Amino acid sequence: MTVHTALSRRSFIVGSAAAGGLSLGLRLPLTAEAAAAARQPEVNAWVVVKPDDTVVIRIARSEMGQGALTGLAQLVAEELQCDWSKVTTEYPTPGENLARDRVWGSFSTGGSRGIRESHDYVRKGGAAARQMLVAAAAEQWGVPAAECTAAKSVITHAASGRSTTYGRVAEAAARQPVPTDVPLRDPKDWTIAGQPLPRLDTADKLTGKQVYGTDLTMPGLLNAAIKACPVFGGRLASFDAAAVAKMPGVRKVVKVDDTAVAVVADTWWRAKTALDALPIVWDEGPNTDVSSASIADTLRKGFDADDAFVGTAAGDAKTALAAAGARIVTADYAYPYQNHATMEPMNATALFTPRRCEVWVPTQNGEASLAAAAEAAGLPIGRCEVHKIHLGGGFGRRGNFQDYVRQAVSIAKELPGTPVKLIWSREEDMLHGAYHPTTQCRMTGALDAQGNLTALHMRISGQSILAAVRPEGMQGGKDPVVFQGLNGGGAEGAFAYTVPDLLIDHAMRNPPVPPGFWRGVNLNQNTFYVESFMDELAHAAGQDPLAFRRKLMARHPRHLAVLEAVAERIGWQTKPPEGVHRGLAQIMGFGSYVAAAAEVSVTGGKLKIHRIVAATDAGHVVNPAQVERQVEGSFVYGLSAALHGECTVKGGRMEQENFDSYDVLRLAEMPAVETIIMPSGGFWGGVGEPTIAVAAPAVLNAVFAATGKRIRDLPLKNHKLA
Amino acid sequence: MARLTINAAVREVDADPDTPLLWVLREQVGLTGTKYGCGIAACGACTVHIDGVATRACALPISALGPEQAIVTIEGLSPDGSHPLQQAWLALDVPQCGYCQAGMLMAAASLLAQNPSPTDADIDAEITNICRCGTYNRVRAAIKQAAAGGAAQRG
Repeated sequence: MTVHTALSRRSFIVGSAAAGGLSLGLRLPLTAEAAAAARQPEVNAWVVVKPDDTVVIRIARSEMGQGALTGLAQLVAEELQCDWSKVTTEYPTPGENLARDRVWGSFSTGGSRGIRESHDYVRKGGAAARQMLVAAAAEQWGVPAAECTAAKSVITHAASGRSTTYGRVAEAAARQPVPTDVPLRDPKDWTIAGQPLPRLDTADKLTGKQVYGTDLTMPGLLNAAIKACPVFGGRLASFDAAAVAKMPGVRKVVKVDDTAVAVVADTWWRAKTALDALPIVWDEGPNTDVSSASIADTLRKGFDADDAFVGTAAGDAKTALAAAGARIVTADYAYPYQNHATMEPMNATALFTPRRCEVWVPTQNGEASLAAAAEAAGLPIGRCEVHKIHLGGGFGRRGNFQDYVRQAVSIAKELPGTPVKLIWSREEDMLHGAYHPTTQCRMTGALDAQGNLTALHMRISGQSILAAVRPEGMQGGKDPVVFQGLNGGGAEGAFAYTVPDLLIDHAMRNPPVPPGFWRGVNLNQNTFYVESFMDELAHAAGQDPLAFRRKLMARHPRHLAVLEAVAERIGWQTKPPEGVHRGLAQIMGFGSYVAAAAEVSVTGGKLKIHRIVAATDAGHVVNPAQVERQVEGSFVYGLSAALHGECTVKGGRMEQENFDSYDVLRLAEMPAVETIIMPSGGFWGGVGEPTIAVAAPAVLNAVFAATGKRIRDLPLKNHKLA
Repeated sequence: MARLTINAAVREVDADPDTPLLWVLREQVGLTGTKYGCGIAACGACTVHIDGVATRACALPISALGPEQAIVTIEGLSPDGSHPLQQAWLALDVPQCGYCQAGMLMAAASLLAQNPSPTDADIDAEITNICRCGTYNRVRAAIKQAAAGGAAQRG
């Protein structure tokens, strides 16, 4: 077990290798080819088998707590039929991926896609490696490969009574032709995948040995603290470097792009202390009049605007809602800005020389980090490299957005040959987020005399993420991601309710606050709007919220199945304990069907969430123990937003700068969570995000049942329940 | 030059007296298991023990400490990950990203040292550390499991 080991001229390792655990190797400076050579013998890109039968499985996606490292290793190991107790993992570098024609595919780890997008080719990688190992053994024995079997890293030829291990034939296996026909095991036969195996990365997280980006150290490393203009769209006007130049430990004060200034010092604390003392003049730019109130006003005007993009439509909702005789129910909702607030603040370490640039960074997308590093360094991408580190939380902040990488490289360029570790303060992290976008929604429904929903118009007004960060994903000006969970059909997020006259449209209003992909993304607010309003409609119709939904869900049996499952488990048809009230919600998102039922009480205006039952149908489940953890964690994230989270804008900047004003859910508020995992097979859905979306409506529908108060804007802390 | 007793070893550290203990631990002593999360003692990622009491190190200047005070970090909680809480954490596979877990463990260890059989209300009151991944229910279960193991040992 090593923490800081051999330093040589060519390479050194910062990391740790626990028994059966994770090996994190950070190489400096090493070409992609040399790094690949140092890792021989590999059977193929996904599998390295060492002579002692240790199996190293390459993981392209990032581990940020969601357990994909373990799940992806299970999928490869399942097909490889290796001894799980001897499995370790490593990240290939983005540079190696480019040098090898992207043999590991995408490195992007977001959208709950880690497993569902790569299960096929990682399993094929494991299966191909097994075939090559078996072929090598068969060749040595002079027997047909088809007569050999493989299990737990042992290859057996029963007819002749011979056996060998993967480690003994790995080198020969690497020379075998790459198989073209690679059948995969039927999930019903899985023995490693599909099992609730413990995570591979736990041990070092209990002793302080796990190395995060903020923990990196290297010979000669300097530390940087940074401040960017706190007003969105503002710039750096000037600063007085001389005023802090003589402070202890200070090495350099650096202008970073046009927007920020950094102090580089021997320690981060000294860098931050000097930065806090640095006289800085900001050019606050054009947005100083922007406030939460002005943004809300802009969005509200979108309710009646004609310039809306249609997401989902059936019949003629506008005409139906204007027809005489229909009973109209309408309500306006709103969802605020949220910060990801990963526990580990943004950071990156960069080493720049005029010929080469290397970055060590906790990133959800190593290839995006590499592109950002190359751009900031002004070097060809082939002269740059990124070394991935486990993330101290990602939640969408560390994927598309590589601002901290660009900054670290820009600072390191001023100190060629010296590694520089940039760490954002919590305040910087709160002021320069990629915020959960803000939207509002006007829901208008028509009920017939029997209380059936006959027409529905859902007008979303507000911010587009894609318009700001991925304009190439726009479709003729429309942001399709705005309609997450509201699609007319499809495998990603189909709308559950069949309504004869339906219109879901979006008036795009983009305030000058940078939006981003925040765990759950647009499914969060869309589900809050739809599932709260379905509850409103059910009450208006005088019907049970489950029965009311059920009538509209006949064409969507999988949506209904998860909803029925949570209703049954929570005891929906039975009377709750005295003072306890229940709420329901369901949605399809990120390819999975999820539902939640909550039990709450409100006493003296104080909410207590007693219990939540959650159901997930993700098609296939690779590790049910990790799915449970993702579902529980989704309630922490979703309830943090529902109860506490809100970033407010004043003077063109965020008002919240730390956890004292941006509170999140803590242990005392955490309800018991019962998870029902009900994979129905035939598809692969994600699990890291969808359940977040049902947290708020399930709980707030229960709050309505308890108090008669309908919460239509978050967070709950802004409302009095007494 | 300040003298501090960290994980049972006396260390001389050359740092400004205003420097928070957190940064002395991380940057001068090389003990990076204790994490920076907020800098205002609001999140608990930096929790260490001072004379056995859970203390948030990010807002505690070293000038407030002397060599007679025993500072224990996650690296000193046990020599080999064998503290009953570390064992319970391993058995229940508690961490997700893991960044807050050292602070969680140190807060829990202090709680159990003072209250070997904490109730749910005791855990609610004492474990106020922030976890964004969502490990709270397993943190609670692991504390109870470790407490139950301690109770069994005491007979």
